[in-house]
Amino acid sequence: MTAAGMLLLVSAHNTVLFLAGWEIMALSALMALTAEDTHAEVRLAGYVYMVATRAGTLALFATFATMFLATGNFDFSLATAAVSPGAATAIFVLALLGFGLKAGLMPLHLWLPGAHANAPTHVSALMSGVLIKMGIYGLVRVSAMLPNPTVAQGAWLLILGVISGVLGVVFAIGQHDIKRLLAYHSVENIGIICLGLGVAHLGRALGEPGLVALGIAGAVLHTFNHGMFKALLFLAAGVVAHTTHTRSLDRLGGLLKPLPLTGALFLVGAIAICGLPPLNGFVSELLVYLGLFGVVDVDRKLLWLLGAFGAAGLALIGGLALACFVKVFGAVFLGEPRSEGCAKAHEPSVWMRLPMVVLAAICFGIGLGSPLLVPVLDHVVQAYAPIAAPSLVVRVPFTSFALLGVVLLGMFAAVFAWMNRNARSTQAPTGVGTWACGYARPTARMQYSASSFGEMLVGLGRWALRLEESPTVVRGTFARPVAFHSHVPEVVLDLVVVPFAERLVRLFRLANRLQGGDLNAYLFYVFATLVVVFLWVS
Amino acid sequence: MSFDLLIHLVLLLLLPPFLLGVVNKTKALFAGRKGPPWLQVYYDLAKLVRKGSVFSRTTSWVFRAGPAVGLVTVILAGLMIPQGGHLAPVNFEGDLILVAYLLGLGRFFTVAAALDTGSAFEGMGSAREVTFSALTEPALFLGLFVLVRSSHSLSLSRMFGDSLPQSLGVSGASLVLVLVSLFIVMLAENSRIPVDDPETHLELTMIHEVMVLDHSGPAFGMILYSAAVKFFVLGALVARLAVPFDVGLWAWPVFMLATLGVAVLVGVVESVMARLRMVHVPSLLIAACLLSAFGVVLLVR
Repeated sequence: MTAAGMLLLVSAHNTVLFLAGWEIMALSALMALTAEDTHAEVRLAGYVYMVATRAGTLALFATFATMFLATGNFDFSLATAAVSPGAATAIFVLALLGFGLKAGLMPLHLWLPGAHANAPTHVSALMSGVLIKMGIYGLVRVSAMLPNPTVAQGAWLLILGVISGVLGVVFAIGQHDIKRLLAYHSVENIGIICLGLGVAHLGRALGEPGLVALGIAGAVLHTFNHGMFKALLFLAAGVVAHTTHTRSLDRLGGLLKPLPLTGALFLVGAIAICGLPPLNGFVSELLVYLGLFGVVDVDRKLLWLLGAFGAAGLALIGGLALACFVKVFGAVFLGEPRSEGCAKAHEPSVWMRLPMVVLAAICFGIGLGSPLLVPVLDHVVQAYAPIAAPSLVVRVPFTSFALLGVVLLGMFAAVFAWMNRNARSTQAPTGVGTWACGYARPTARMQYSASSFGEMLVGLGRWALRLEESPTVVRGTFARPVAFHSHVPEVVLDLVVVPFAERLVRLFRLANRLQGGDLNAYLFYVFATLVVVFLWVS
Repeated sequence: MSFDLLIHLVLLLLLPPFLLGVVNKTKALFAGRKGPPWLQVYYDLAKLVRKGSVFSRTTSWVFRAGPAVGLVTVILAGLMIPQGGHLAPVNFEGDLILVAYLLGLGRFFTVAAALDTGSAFEGMGSAREVTFSALTEPALFLGLFVLVRSSHSLSLSRMFGDSLPQSLGVSGASLVLVLVSLFIVMLAENSRIPVDDPETHLELTMIHEVMVLDHSGPAFGMILYSAAVKFFVLGALVARLAVPFDVGLWAWPVFMLATLGVAVLVGVVESVMARLRMVHVPSLLIAACLLSAFGVVLLVR
């Protein structure tokens, strides 16, 4: 049903049909999401999702109504209509609200972590890979459709993208639950996509075909790539959760030995999502980077600052994503098992492994075969804005990148083989443990945990994260055992929206008194209203 | 052209260990010691290659892949980073991003290899490494942004190439700021004082050294060599930016002298100041970002 709804909405030329598809998708996703509704947190996540998606639909209704007022019909035909700047701004802001809520753009992402973490794994993969992309699809469509795009709109998309990207990954670093962490990375990647879209919109506003081409190609390719590597990561995380019965990073470890294939595939996904060469994430981030650097050729000097801001933001996102995924891979697959469940882990059936292998192959394929993508991307650019832009090949030496990717893999294989042969041919002792400063009996719990790994970065992001920690005081010579607990709340949901909603509920409790359930009182209200209406009319 | 290529490769593959020797000699001079021989690092490498590697039973193939990826990425990056004003052997539009991300890939595997040992020390070192390197990335990219603007190119070979002398008059002030910022980035990326101390063997104070604590034999040799190459290639960028003049036929000697000068400068910095406390390192790196950002702002003025 979700898939059918999505198909309907992407093929819709009419806003009403679009909304119908949108609703089918949103509501059937709710059903899929709450499949395991015996757990309280699943029901809560479903509830939050439902409220968020209703709010988003409301904004879309307003968007399309404004479009109707501007054009007089329900088609996506804004581009040809004469729209006043005020109406255009209203459409832009409302669409940003409605589609941003679905895409999970910070700070509208509040439903996303809970929903992704609590849905069954394949549903998480689908939601993160495709469903939230419908929000991006909507944004792209509106961005392409707006007549007279302004620099300010592009700048807002770009700035929101950076905010979403940086905060998304900072929140991810603070998470202990592997699926929740991946969910925050969706927020981050949506940020990168939005950054690319911002560049494209800016290019359209300035009449710079180069920026348009690089920005939109980067955004769309990253949308596709994210669908691939994030689905791969979710499926691998699902295997881990299924076989060890825990999603807590601090209770996993050493899984590369019992799960060699899943571990290697997770590594592929992790490298891809960090945007590292030679995989697909690098290609799309490269396009966005080139777009951002391309801003320096624009005459308006103040925009250079924007380009520099975007490039620095993307660099920071890349660095933080690397920190986060090395943490996840290290905590889950490397070192010693931290709990009983990990020791008993086993590879799943071939039908669970096959989809992951295919997804990983796509990650490699796009990374190394990027020159073959050029016709597709050129087509995307033409669909977004019919401009006389030269083909992307002129701007991006895809072949060099792909070739160097192959060289990288080849050199690595050679060096790795040399080292393995050399290391084996000597009489170095084997089967020894890791050196622990002469400590006689190290245990797996002495390893650096995922939480300690992220502690420094969480500390740097304290201004946004609102970390909750239990105070730990160790006293006396023979100290008693102490417990330590830390938690990164969903700031927007737990500290802004929920308190606000509680206020609202208290406010409306006054109105509640009127509704006492007494029929006579209701009849009196009807009578009183009638009297007021008559008095007003006469 | 082929002559330049030959020199580039020879310098890239053979010079780096010597630079570490220069740093150590400088430090010895300041301390009033005789110091290790100039070629000590070559001796160390030769010794390590002939030894066997010990692998803990906790580790997996990732532990062995770490040094290999580290070496391969840094050599590939070295092929794209220009030396002096000459074109690098591999250059194309956008190679600056590939270089930055190749170094990132190397870091990913170094850190993963460290975590593979399951040792708390190495976990600590890796956490610091990723934290600090995440903060150097924006400084690097902001600095490169200035150079992209002044050269109108996205290839390191052109950004640090013959367009540099011409852009001095227009964006000289920005370039000075970028030079300082890049020098800090170089110190941080190569785990040098004031960010990290390559000398101390007390694990709690270290970043890079503690991550590679469990590597031995040829694997450790590769790590040592990669670190030297990385020192050289990033030093080459700083050296070119410090001497951005067109000196014609003297380009290679001038470049080599400038690179040695950078190594001496690193030695001086290590001799006259102490390592910062870990909590203060982010401030230094953010300062580097801000220096580059001011460089961008000066361009706009």
